[in-house]
Amino acid sequence: MDTSRLKRRGPCEWELPASGRMRVPGVIFASKELVQAMDDKVAEQVANVASLPGIVDASYAMPDAHWGYGFPIGGVAAFDADEGGVVSAGGVGFDISCGVRTLHTGLKAADVEGVKRHLADVLFARIPAGVGSTGALRLSGPEMDAMLRGGARWAVKEGYGSEADLLRIEEHGCVAGADPKAVSEMAKKRQRDEMGTLGSGNHYLEVQVVDQVFDAAVAQAYGLAEGDVVVSIHCGSRGLGHQIGTDFLREMVIAAAQEGIVLPDRELACAPLKSALGQRYLGAMRAAINCALANRQILTHLARAAFAAVLPGARLPLLYDVSHNTCKEEMHTAADGRKRRLFVHRKGATRAFGPGHAELPAEYRPAGQPVLIGGSMGTASWILAGAAGTEERAFGSACHGAGRAMSRNEALRRWHGRNVVDELAAKGILIRSPSFRGVAEEAPLAYKDVGEVVDAADHAGLAGKVARLRPLVCVKG
Amino acid sequence: MATQAAWETFPHEADVGVRGTGATLAEAFAGAATAMTAAICDPAMVAAREAVAVECVAPEAELLLLDWLNALVFEMATRRMLFSRFEVDIAPEDAGLRLRATAWGEAVDVARHQPAAEVKGASFCELKAGQQPDGRWLAQCVVDV
Repeated sequence: MDTSRLKRRGPCEWELPASGRMRVPGVIFASKELVQAMDDKVAEQVANVASLPGIVDASYAMPDAHWGYGFPIGGVAAFDADEGGVVSAGGVGFDISCGVRTLHTGLKAADVEGVKRHLADVLFARIPAGVGSTGALRLSGPEMDAMLRGGARWAVKEGYGSEADLLRIEEHGCVAGADPKAVSEMAKKRQRDEMGTLGSGNHYLEVQVVDQVFDAAVAQAYGLAEGDVVVSIHCGSRGLGHQIGTDFLREMVIAAAQEGIVLPDRELACAPLKSALGQRYLGAMRAAINCALANRQILTHLARAAFAAVLPGARLPLLYDVSHNTCKEEMHTAADGRKRRLFVHRKGATRAFGPGHAELPAEYRPAGQPVLIGGSMGTASWILAGAAGTEERAFGSACHGAGRAMSRNEALRRWHGRNVVDELAAKGILIRSPSFRGVAEEAPLAYKDVGEVVDAADHAGLAGKVARLRPLVCVKG
Repeated sequence: MATQAAWETFPHEADVGVRGTGATLAEAFAGAATAMTAAICDPAMVAAREAVAVECVAPEAELLLLDWLNALVFEMATRRMLFSRFEVDIAPEDAGLRLRATAWGEAVDVARHQPAAEVKGASFCELKAGQQPDGRWLAQCVVDV
């Protein structure tokens, strides 16, 4: 990125001053190296988001920001309905509430080492993954609607997990205001066979070991110590969310012109929060969030059953579950000092509430929200904690992952899946995937160095480093 | 009716661009559809065994391209199929443009097709559908995978 247009506010904070149609400035949280490596499209997209009606304070980009659709991936923006603010289907994206959850296992690396291969095979056999895979569950129309209203809470009632899980999920596993009637029949049909499936692309289930602890006090609050084995699941709202994104993107592009909203990019398709279309989208998008939470809850149940089959007695309580690709209604104190109800879009970004936030489970409240950062399958993932004051910095948000360093086309040119699997196996990382091509496209070096991203999030005061996780087993979609 | 078209995928930082070209808009649409299959797996590995009819209407060509590709995404997802051959017809009507097409393909066979990623949806990113200065027709966009 050409940094000549940016004003450096701090070691990891850059301002893109408001100009042209921008209503507010842009703010990019990144080290000099990361910001220089970003595509110029990121600045363009940050500026485009800053031009949307009702935006509050600034258009933000997280340290892992890269070229997305309309919003950059890693983009955060809040809108005030009382000031003509909008909700953007493009600002949430296709994979609504794609997210990460991490489970404790109560096991140490030594407990797993001897059965690692068997565990990998059992997980791969029991977790539906990849293109065309289906889950065991088929929902009738009323059951589908109940799932869309109830999220993980519905899943627990159906026998997938326990009430204790719900305390460790954003909104206690069920976002209010979901409206199944706003979800198209096509979206529901796409979901019919996909409950409890991982998906494909960058979605995964990993068995990981806590490689290094960086903040002992917060790690203790989260129940983590070096050598602990954990399980992380990355996936989203599956076909239902994808179809809702498709449906509303089209409808909002056509409606925006009728509402007099000038879109600098059609992917910024949006509707006023107070419009019927805006309200309908919020109802459908919240239903998709609940679908993602229910899906991750079912996958958790399958992972627990797989562990029980290989390591009898292992219990897998939930550490935490975070969603990316959302628009959430939250109370924030804006830069003008007013406490306002805002609609915070996080596109490829994680909610990261700081210590003391009332939304957090009591046991995590002094430490701040766990922020679960997915890496690539050969490198590392991270657990961070929402930093003090982060609500004033980017409406309580932080990065979500490493971000791709190269296109899928380029990754395919450089690597063959079989070699990637063999090389990782030599390092003690077992990959299980139905597709070698999929593995090649997701090769570790196709992603940026996640360590640089989390360092920048830490230095920018968004989220502090707690623990680094090293993969042992990766089930790839 | 178009049966042959040129196609390619093109790079995008997070996802994949799909592009078709041809002597007509319909040929370009068929090419873009083949390119979308190529974002998932090698189209040459997908046998054209079973036909699926697709129809959509849009006010203009670019929206029609999105509707076409998204209709195929829906058919792939709900039928658990991949497609490799497309016959497309596009005609003007009062509401804009109507597309009638047949897509041929087969059920996903993971071992043989080695599908890398499902397409979540076709996006407005890099979306173009129309005639080029050289007279050829182009249809392209980035698909989210």
